[in-house]
Amino acid sequence: MLPKWYDRWIAENPKDIYGPAILIGVVGGAVLVAALLVTWGRPLPVEAVQTGPRGTGMSVTKFVADAATPDPTAAAYSTVPPVVPQIGDPRAATGVPNAEPLLADLTVANYERLVNQMRIWTGIPDLLAGEENYQTVVARRMIQMTQNLNENWSGHVNPNGNAGVNCYTCHRGQPVPSGVWFKVTPVSNATAGWAAVQNRVTPVSGSTSLPSDALEKYLLEAEVIAVHDLESRVAQNVTDGSSPTWQNAERTFSLMNYFDNALGVNCVFCHNSRAFYDVSQNTPQWALAQLAIGMVQELNNDYMVPLTEVLPPERLGAQGDVPKIGCLTCHKGYQKPMGGMDMISDWPELASSAPPVYQ
Amino acid sequence: MPEYQNIFTQVQVRGAPEWGMDNELNMMEERAGRPRFSNLIGWLGNAQLGPIYLGSFGVISLATGILWLNIVGFNMLAQVGWSIPEFIRQLFWLALEPPSPKYGLSMPPLNDGGWYIIASFFLLVSVMSWWVRSYELARMHRMGKHIAWAFLSAIWLFLVLGLFRPLLMGSWSEGVPYGIFPHLDWTTAFSIRYGNLYYNPFHCLSIVFLYGSVLLFAMHGATILAVSRFGGDRELEQIVDRGTAAERAALFWRWTMGFNATMEGIHRWAWWFAVLTPITGGIGILLTGTVVDNWFIWAQEHNFAPSYLGDYGYEAYVTGGN
Repeated sequence: MLPKWYDRWIAENPKDIYGPAILIGVVGGAVLVAALLVTWGRPLPVEAVQTGPRGTGMSVTKFVADAATPDPTAAAYSTVPPVVPQIGDPRAATGVPNAEPLLADLTVANYERLVNQMRIWTGIPDLLAGEENYQTVVARRMIQMTQNLNENWSGHVNPNGNAGVNCYTCHRGQPVPSGVWFKVTPVSNATAGWAAVQNRVTPVSGSTSLPSDALEKYLLEAEVIAVHDLESRVAQNVTDGSSPTWQNAERTFSLMNYFDNALGVNCVFCHNSRAFYDVSQNTPQWALAQLAIGMVQELNNDYMVPLTEVLPPERLGAQGDVPKIGCLTCHKGYQKPMGGMDMISDWPELASSAPPVYQ
Repeated sequence: MPEYQNIFTQVQVRGAPEWGMDNELNMMEERAGRPRFSNLIGWLGNAQLGPIYLGSFGVISLATGILWLNIVGFNMLAQVGWSIPEFIRQLFWLALEPPSPKYGLSMPPLNDGGWYIIASFFLLVSVMSWWVRSYELARMHRMGKHIAWAFLSAIWLFLVLGLFRPLLMGSWSEGVPYGIFPHLDWTTAFSIRYGNLYYNPFHCLSIVFLYGSVLLFAMHGATILAVSRFGGDRELEQIVDRGTAAERAALFWRWTMGFNATMEGIHRWAWWFAVLTPITGGIGILLTGTVVDNWFIWAQEHNFAPSYLGDYGYEAYVTGGN
């Protein structure tokens, strides 16, 4: 390809060009990288939030760019203050044709305010329009669920008395909230047992090879989440089904990984990594998460699973199971859903199963 | 001598391929493969590739090893519905898993660990045959058996993980999955289940010997390269007939840290550090779940880790975070 005179000249004038070229390339590349790091800084700067006493490695790191970006769906939130009822105001039961019985005791103004806002929050324009369809049945159940959350689970959804939840906390303008989950196990028909619940890229395993049945076992079937022995030596038998095994530890790890991703945190947000099991060394957030586990188990079993017969097939998962709730359904990747915004002061109708108290 | 200041070997000797010795053991008969030369492998080592002496144990080892690999591979392939693209895409996720815990030491169904037991049996035969081969080759060459014993120390850890510990725990489910990510999942889960393996003193020792091996390897390699201009790379001669290379290397380290190994002794240091890494590690694994169930608590009870009592200062942190 090259002219003969060139090949001849090269052959007559041998010169080692590889040594100097590699040397210059390596040194030059190192200088360039060093100069870029010094002048431009870290390409992806991080910030750390301390979660425990200093010197113990307790910190949650986040990319600065991520931490500075607020939840985009939170900005689209809209709310309407309640209309304080006056004596003699008409009630929805009489003032609204085909009023939803669950809300029939509200005044007409508040009924229309609430139903209209629920349509905006869920993106369902004809929600509770009077027709008794599956959406009406689900909406009724979801109103009761929201009331239950604010009333009985305020320890988790309202620990400081200024947050709470309403439809928008999960729905964010979508008829089906993001971050719901379905059963995916067995992941393969070629395997059974332990081999059939893991080692596959699934949403519930966070695309890891960890077990894909963690949410199913722990947030639906309420299996015990405890893999550590609290004494150094314990008599047990891994085959008896009740002694914790490394398989249970791996499934728990999958659940914890899901928690981390759903909240945008890491292990030491709740645990002291030195002793994951030791409650006395855990952070206050661990107690909040403990409450949340019981809360989600109740929501799934008492509110979601009974809807299996109600929902049309296209709303069900591949195994015909109802969409289920997990941390991500509310948290959406953030430590506090909606940035800890007050979601309930304007909506006493959703705060309790008792008649609303307007102020 | 700039040739020596390079990680690649600069000098490649070419001649008639070397076939090695023949003796009354008729080693020549079982030597297979046409010797070839390669510039590329010459940069990293001897440029001559082959011949190889497999022997009957080598053949057994290769055959059973390939069986193991194929059982693992076809199980993975079956899990993705015999789809080659999915097999490639999910290769690092897929695994041949040990049985579910309920089967104990009995033979589980093929699709729930049965294939794992069969594959493990072939792997056991393969590894042990390869060990016999390493011993036999050393015997034929009238060498010491140092390599075979060192290999056996690694096999000890392998046997603890897949044979001895599952037997003591009473379940094959305690074995390690055959898969890229899944065996790492096992490692993490194993450590977490037993209260943080870093508090297992034998795990600590194993890390010491592992990092120690690395340090010794770097020190020795650097020292020999540094004195090769004085003939230090002729280590065997320097052992029995100490020359200026050995003198300088010894002086360097004695002046650096007051102590120096000898041309012979450094190899014993390196051998023992390497061999003790899996020996201590295997002891640590064998004790986990059989004798000790929570290493952090064990370590506190034995004053191996401090007990942290009292106030952690969490009251300074706001509930719910910032």
